[in-house]
Amino acid sequence: MIEFRNVTKLFPDGTIAVDDFSLVAPSRKITVLVGSSGSGKTTLLRMVNRMVEPTSGGVQIDGEDIVNERPVLLRRRIGYVMQNAGLLPHLTVADNIAAVPKLCGSSHRAARTRALELMETVGLDSHMADRYPSQLSGGQQQRVGVARGLAADPNILLMDEPFGAVDPIVRAELQQELIQLQRELDKTVIFVTHDIDEAFLLGDQVVILATGAKKLQVGSPSEIIENPADDFVAAFIGVDRGRRALRIKHTPNGPVLVDTEGRTQGTLVEDER
Amino acid sequence: MNLLADAIDWIMAPAQWQGPDALHLLVFQHLYFTGLAVLIASVIAVPAGWAIGHTGRGREAAVGISGAARAIPSFGLLILLVLLLGVIHKPEAAMITFVILAIPSLLAGAYTGFEAIDRSVIDAARAMGMSEWQILFKVEIPLGLPLLLGGLRSAALQVVATVTIAAYVNLGGLGLPIITGLALRRYDMVLGGAILVAVLALAVDGLFSLVQRLVTPHGVRTSQGIARSSRGPKNPTAVPVRPLVKQEGRK
Ligand SMILES: Nc1ncnc2c1ncn2[C@@H]1O[C@H](COP(=O)(O)OP(=O)(O)OP(=O)(O)O)[C@@H](O)[C@H]1O
Ligand SMILES: [Mg+2]
Repeated sequence: MIEFRNVTKLFPDGTIAVDDFSLVAPSRKITVLVGSSGSGKTTLLRMVNRMVEPTSGGVQIDGEDIVNERPVLLRRRIGYVMQNAGLLPHLTVADNIAAVPKLCGSSHRAARTRALELMETVGLDSHMADRYPSQLSGGQQQRVGVARGLAADPNILLMDEPFGAVDPIVRAELQQELIQLQRELDKTVIFVTHDIDEAFLLGDQVVILATGAKKLQVGSPSEIIENPADDFVAAFIGVDRGRRALRIKHTPNGPVLVDTEGRTQGTLVEDER
Repeated sequence: MNLLADAIDWIMAPAQWQGPDALHLLVFQHLYFTGLAVLIASVIAVPAGWAIGHTGRGREAAVGISGAARAIPSFGLLILLVLLLGVIHKPEAAMITFVILAIPSLLAGAYTGFEAIDRSVIDAARAMGMSEWQILFKVEIPLGLPLLLGGLRSAALQVVATVTIAAYVNLGGLGLPIITGLALRRYDMVLGGAILVAVLALAVDGLFSLVQRLVTPHGVRTSQGIARSSRGPKNPTAVPVRPLVKQEGRK
């Protein structure tokens, strides 16, 4: 369990990136932080591994204040997947993934074995092990980033728009793989995105944020869609348009659901009780 | 053209390769001065440059000191130091002069090497749980090496050209035939010495360009500019080598 307790971050230039934010991210669940650019999502995420120190308030992991732990050790036990993959350009794919286990004291051989294993897990062909990041596509780099985040088998995984830089098809693929992975691995995940569809797809708990990391609504995807807190949230999640604004159309074969464009999206099936 | 032929004849003459002032001994002295000066300068400037690059602090001071050091005419400094330290400390005076000459390029090579690394790479390394020392040794030094070698190359080139003035204080090197030749109006000798200095400089430059290629990390080499993003010009440490031999010849 990760708990933010009244955290505030005031940057030296006067920007209040996070203003008195509190949240519990439950263990073994995916908590998604979603909000527009500059709402403080990255700042919140980086407070968990002490890449950003809060100006006031604190973060607890399983009830322990993280300020009592050395940052270097804390970071080694938390997986962090960065938006731009953040790979080290002078290390091969395998060495990038193996870097964290090695920092934690694994032997070179054990770390490499682990790296090859993880490459398979994230769907990377093993012949890419000795390539350099510059020789990979954006999507492949993202996969390496995810594999590296998982390398030390951390309980906590922080993911900052990990699928932001890839095309929609690859993104959908990576999202499905993450869902699959989470089923097997059961990590406590905090996932940052500005894509509301991605948030609803992946999140057990979704947190909608406005500037200053102001919480507009916290809940499961169903709770938010069924009962948006206010008009802003309703507009943000798009309940009144596109794929989510469905109405019933009666056809000779029974009721179907159509979107605002008039395209049929599915049929309405009554629960048999 | 005649003078050039004379100079080459002078170099080729067996007499030049015998005795206490044999050319190979002068070349050796010249390289010894260059190597030792660059080594001492590296020991001082490289850790300092790395510290500046890693912490981002002290850059202004380094730029100021480098600028001042570059503005000092080496010949004047050498004479001044000989006067200050006394005639028996001529080798030390010469060495200090050459070390001061080499420091700016090395310092700049060391810290621009670090500054040219994309900040997100350092950030990633830190977020993975690397300690500051691990960031230094596993990320910054390897990625900064090509620019450091660029600085080393400039420094070596400047020193190899400037060591010529060591002969003015009777320390030998390839400046010896040049100043002796000037005194005797033996221009074949002057030009012969100058040619040898130039050849030596080219050899040193070629050697460093080879080493520079060898140490560029794989992965950075394959795609130009991934580690070294937009920041910093391609070779900010390159300093034009002053045409020192010609200058001295005019005096
Ligand atoms: N190091 C910093 N110094 C000053 N201001 C900063 C710093 N880092 C972030 N900020 C500011 O804090 C605010 C929140 O930034 P943050 O990176 O957390 O946003 P974000 O929600 O992750 O945005 P995006 O979706 O664009 O990544 C922004 O206004 C940003 O400009
Ligand atoms: Mg962000």
